[in-house]
Amino acid sequence: MAIKSRPIYNGFDLEMPAQRHIFVLEGEGALALLEKVNPSHPMLGQSEILYSPVGSSHEQAIVKLNAANFFTAPSSEILLNRFAAILSTATMSTRLYAAGTEGFIGAAVNVAARYGVKSASIVKEHRGSLRRRVQCVHCKGFNSDITASPFHCEHCKLYLFVRDHFSTRLNAFQGVCVNAEEPHLFPEPVELYQ
Amino acid sequence: MDLKFTTETYRDDFSFRNSPEAIRRYPFPFHADSYMYAINMEDHVAGKPGTAYEHPIDVDEHYISEMADRALVLKEDPLRCQALSHMMTAQWDTLELLMIHQSIAYPDLFTLERDKDKCHWINRPLGIDDKFIFGDRSTLPYEPMEYIMRQSQGDFCIVDQRDNSLWMDAGMVTCQADWSLDFDIGMSFMEWHAPVPMAHELGIFDRALKFLMNVQQGRPARRLNWTMTVNPRLDTSPENYHKWGSEKTTVTKENIGAKLHLRCELQSFWRLPRSNALLFPIRQYLISLNDIATIPKWACRMHRVLKTIPDPLAEYKGFSRNRQLAIDFFAPFDNGQETTKGADPE
Amino acid sequence: MTVHTEMSVTVTDIELVADAIKQFTLERVDGQPMPAFAPGAHIVVSMMDAGRLRRNPYSLMSSPRDPWNFRISVLRVERSRGGSVFMHDVIAVGDTLTISQPVNLFPVDILARRNLFIAGGVGITPFIPMMEVLNEKGGVFELYYSIRSRSHGAFWSEMSALYPNRVKIAVGAEGYRFDYHELLINQPLGTHLYVCGPKLMLEHIFNIARDLGWAQENLHFELFLAPPSGSPFTAKLASSGKEIVVAEHQSLLESVEEAGVDAPFLCRAGACGQCETRVLASDGEIIHNDIFLTDEERKSGTKIMPCVSRFVGVGLTIEL
Repeated sequence: MAIKSRPIYNGFDLEMPAQRHIFVLEGEGALALLEKVNPSHPMLGQSEILYSPVGSSHEQAIVKLNAANFFTAPSSEILLNRFAAILSTATMSTRLYAAGTEGFIGAAVNVAARYGVKSASIVKEHRGSLRRRVQCVHCKGFNSDITASPFHCEHCKLYLFVRDHFSTRLNAFQGVCVNAEEPHLFPEPVELYQ
Repeated sequence: MDLKFTTETYRDDFSFRNSPEAIRRYPFPFHADSYMYAINMEDHVAGKPGTAYEHPIDVDEHYISEMADRALVLKEDPLRCQALSHMMTAQWDTLELLMIHQSIAYPDLFTLERDKDKCHWINRPLGIDDKFIFGDRSTLPYEPMEYIMRQSQGDFCIVDQRDNSLWMDAGMVTCQADWSLDFDIGMSFMEWHAPVPMAHELGIFDRALKFLMNVQQGRPARRLNWTMTVNPRLDTSPENYHKWGSEKTTVTKENIGAKLHLRCELQSFWRLPRSNALLFPIRQYLISLNDIATIPKWACRMHRVLKTIPDPLAEYKGFSRNRQLAIDFFAPFDNGQETTKGADPE
Repeated sequence: MTVHTEMSVTVTDIELVADAIKQFTLERVDGQPMPAFAPGAHIVVSMMDAGRLRRNPYSLMSSPRDPWNFRISVLRVERSRGGSVFMHDVIAVGDTLTISQPVNLFPVDILARRNLFIAGGVGITPFIPMMEVLNEKGGVFELYYSIRSRSHGAFWSEMSALYPNRVKIAVGAEGYRFDYHELLINQPLGTHLYVCGPKLMLEHIFNIARDLGWAQENLHFELFLAPPSGSPFTAKLASSGKEIVVAEHQSLLESVEEAGVDAPFLCRAGACGQCETRVLASDGEIIHNDIFLTDEERKSGTKIMPCVSRFVGVGLTIEL
């Protein structure tokens, strides 16, 4: 069943008009673009691609696209800083695209929000790991790269199950104590988000 | 109405009690002998005297004690009251609306005097007497929303309307049924309702959203929602679930009548004039099963409703563990006869 | 049950502010203050025009800070189905009208970093309180206002004087028109565009914006589409068991109201969707004049917006 609070990732649609196209791609997110265009696509002449490989190896393929501008960032954080700098002078005739893990897309959405861009205006495609960032509802601490539920909160040590409830603002799922009613029970963790 | 405020607690020794008058005015949520999730919206118009609907913003005998419990919750966890920065106009709209309705309905308890933007607010039950300038944050001890919500029963959400949706952008939530304002703040209508089972598939939220976006100034709407709570605890927050969750396992055949409570939410929906936002007061009313059993019609109906609730809903409302015990408790009150229409006690 | 939230108002002032535009000042008969409102709101004015009930929406243009009166402006539309001519020729100072509570279908986006207002003719009205409130709060805005001639356009000199660097006027009679492509191509990210004016102007501007790549979320409009006239037709109202005749210069919604049947509405201009009604049977053609229904919904023939749409044929049954 779809998670209603989760952002909707409709996938890349490259046919919408704009004067300028800005792509922020993380890891396997590069494939969202590579699978849709070949180097002759006319939009590439108006496109800027920011890419953070994080272990993947699509850099050469992107270079071959010969976009108007291409930047490989050593980390997603550096990529997002550059993204922010570009947005600070961009115009409304610009279309934004984000692809990669859920956490990366969420971070890009929050950067764009600072420049008055709504999440619904950004073209998104989810690629790569399903690992979740989870906020403990009890101590409010964040837990990164969660693959199994339940798990122990790294901050307050409570045993949390991952609720299918996602906050874009926090860029995290909600973790809730799984054995609050019967504290002596510790259900076996299940690997759900590889 | 002559209100006699009770002094009682919603934690530790749980001294909360309803007077016989409070039982009779309880907004019993079941209008028929079976239950299904529905929007059940109606105009929020003044109802009969002696009911919780008599005034659009209801103040009852628990007022002082509820406000004391709220203050305790906020002391421990200030994140229960939050407003995104663009909601300041809506905060003032909210303060005005609550002050006007409380002072009109209960002139003995509350007084609002206004001369253009100069306001004088007197809250006698809580011993508050403040002069402030409407629209000037620096003339109040708190931001306007927190100021008035520390003096108003129930939880409150202020939602902004834009992009064809509603956004949970401010609120005071200290007596909620298992949801976290701190987590949900900034979410759209569909996002914050995501954890509710079944209703999405039935298209209920699409219709509810459309209805709410068209709520007009001067014409508020309301609906009832309900859940069950072990002990008369107001703060059944997810934040503190690890502290109160184990209470759910303490219900027995012997103590269920005093321990298990029906918790009815009277939700109303108001268009705010200057901000075009909506105010959702969520007013909760607690009643023990023993108290319900003093009204034969309600006790009979409880038995039938509890039997027909779908399992996922019982699970979501957090009482599947104690459901059978509750059904057994009410079974002797079910005389097999048809109950009279509506939710009135007779 | 129907809740009546309308109020009686007295017309306390009428001013001819342009060749065919009159401004009306309204105060409550009971002496109470007006309800507060957010810029962009309109009211619906009910009037008895030659024995026929008319309800027309008009944007509030008075100051949201002044609780003692509402002001609206009415363009006299010749050959119209009524309402505006009645307001111009019949209503006089001292007359009483009935108005609705303010309804806001054209709010300023609270998260906008910049606001670009484009007005055509009498479409200037909602922008007047918007600019006042934004100006007070230090918000960023610009107004591009097109008028046929200086005598046809209302409030252009007042607005130019209030916000000298932020108001641009294009006077058609003087051979000047805005180049909207030029205007929209370089607007900074986070700008919201609001258009109020004739339908053709709105479509022209939005087409340019979409082609340039503007996000749908940043485009807002208000359209004052008077219900078009047409041949009279009959309609059966299934729930209330009535049969009504819709006259040439009357909308289906107005005819329903005249028959004493309560029907929901908000904008009365085919835009908001509130009056959407199911068509149960139809032997003929529905003339869809709204901009709310999707093409699919129109083709299906199962829905109608009674505030602006009509019917040609032998039998129409709707669920009201």
